Amino acid sequence: MRLVRRIVNRTVEMTVKLIFIVMGVVICMPVFLVVTGSVMGSTDLQECLAPVFLEGQGFVTWKLIPQYPTLEHYKRLLIETPQFFILFWNSIKITLFILAGQLAVGVPAAWAFAVYDVRGKNMLFLVYVVLMLLPFQVTMLSSYIVLNKLSLLNTHWAVILPAVFNTFPVFVAYGGFRAIPKPLIEAARIDGAGEFYIFTRIGLVLGKGGILSAVVLGFLEYWNMIEQPLAFLKDKALWPLSLYLPEIEWTQAGFSFAASIVMLIPAVFVFVMGQDYLEQGIIYSGLKQ
Amino acid sequence: MYKKWFFIFIGPSVVGVGVFVLLPFADVVKRSFMTVMSQEFVGLDNYRRVFSNQAFALAVKNTVRFTATAIPLLVLAGLVIALVLAKINDTRVIKSLYLFPMAMPTATVVIVWRMFFYRQDFDSLVAGYLWKNLGYTLVLWLAGIAAIPNELVEAARVDGARWFRCLLYVKLPCLKGSLYTIVVLSFLNSFKIYREAYLVAGSYPKEEIYLLQHIFNNWYVNLELDKLSAATVLVGAFLLVFILVLNRLWKV
Repeated sequence: MRLVRRIVNRTVEMTVKLIFIVMGVVICMPVFLVVTGSVMGSTDLQECLAPVFLEGQGFVTWKLIPQYPTLEHYKRLLIETPQFFILFWNSIKITLFILAGQLAVGVPAAWAFAVYDVRGKNMLFLVYVVLMLLPFQVTMLSSYIVLNKLSLLNTHWAVILPAVFNTFPVFVAYGGFRAIPKPLIEAARIDGAGEFYIFTRIGLVLGKGGILSAVVLGFLEYWNMIEQPLAFLKDKALWPLSLYLPEIEWTQAGFSFAASIVMLIPAVFVFVMGQDYLEQGIIYSGLKQ
Repeated sequence: MYKKWFFIFIGPSVVGVGVFVLLPFADVVKRSFMTVMSQEFVGLDNYRRVFSNQAFALAVKNTVRFTATAIPLLVLAGLVIALVLAKINDTRVIKSLYLFPMAMPTATVVIVWRMFFYRQDFDSLVAGYLWKNLGYTLVLWLAGIAAIPNELVEAARVDGARWFRCLLYVKLPCLKGSLYTIVVLSFLNSFKIYREAYLVAGSYPKEEIYLLQHIFNNWYVNLELDKLSAATVLVGAFLLVFILVLNRLWKV
């Protein structure tokens, strides 16, 4: 009896698991479409996409395995289009500067919130939470006013600086620091360690998880920046890829697919390397105060 | 004694937030009572113009409709899937698959969007939102479920509670904290649906997906800063109250 029951349970579990995996694969379908699209010949693509883009109705017919795979789009993109590298570099530069700035400013702030008890701290923390939750559109005009005063509009600093002072990474890193046992910090103080020493030797080491979580979440967010460059960068040569890609016409679909794949690669790399931190970060971002 | 260190560590952040967000926001509030060009004080005129603006009314309606549809759907779908997944060992692969859309840049998927959501209507917007956000909702629910003390569930079982009663009276009350988090983060992310809406359909999409984000962007582009500042103050104040109320409700 017990054996039968175990077999039944196991079968049910495997079936449920399978259903969820199939659903997950369906969710990831767009990637497969973009991958196959990027190696499909131009004429094939036109044929597939015409019903939607020309007539505005009907369904796209799609072959998961293209009949005549080709690398023509990648060749055009990577060898014949030097402008692509400028945009790619814009994306890299903007994202790295933002992340570096967020670490330099946000991590110490998170440490202050996690370790020191000062009157008014909870009030300030609430301000940070509210700011974290305000959408870009609500802070857009404020940022515009400052950037205009500092004459930074239409430079990369216009998208970098406001993002550096976003309070979201403070919140995530705070989650990591909070997990450090207080007695450990007390013991270090009794042993005569200075506050700065405690921060670098205990905080940064033990709170590494929270910091990396903030980096992974930040990368995925800023690699995908749309609203900010749209509002603050007029000059298209300054645009990041995330904003430029959708401008490519559908008749150039293969080219656009190939560019999408190149843009996807860094994000997938960060996702795969940092999945544990990503999950941890999601959980930290929801910690109770 | 530690006050000094608190300010040393938090100083750069507070200064930056002050300069880039708080001070200019005060300026926005001031501007909301003035004309754009001559900077004359006009009282509540700008607010009146925002309230009587039909596009604004439409945008508010659509945004409220979107939020009120998409967030409950997301929260419920996440909960149902998480409750099932919590019973399965080794869900790493499944979680990866569901989280993956979060890593996909909007620009990458936008062409696929154009292929399948050529209708560019309300439903496809909701579908896109669910697609992108289901993963992290799932992770949060799973974390919440994992934190429910086992003894509590066992005790209920011993007392004869069936699966459903166990869920209703033991598990769900424990998940109140997770619910708050998930609602807040889903709300935060619901504004980012503008990326898809804008990249797929531009600044002036079909009426049913004309959102607050569109009107903010359009007023900004057209330099109608008087209306924009009044709308910023209105939406900002609304969100502030909303967040504080949620925060209070959750703490009780």
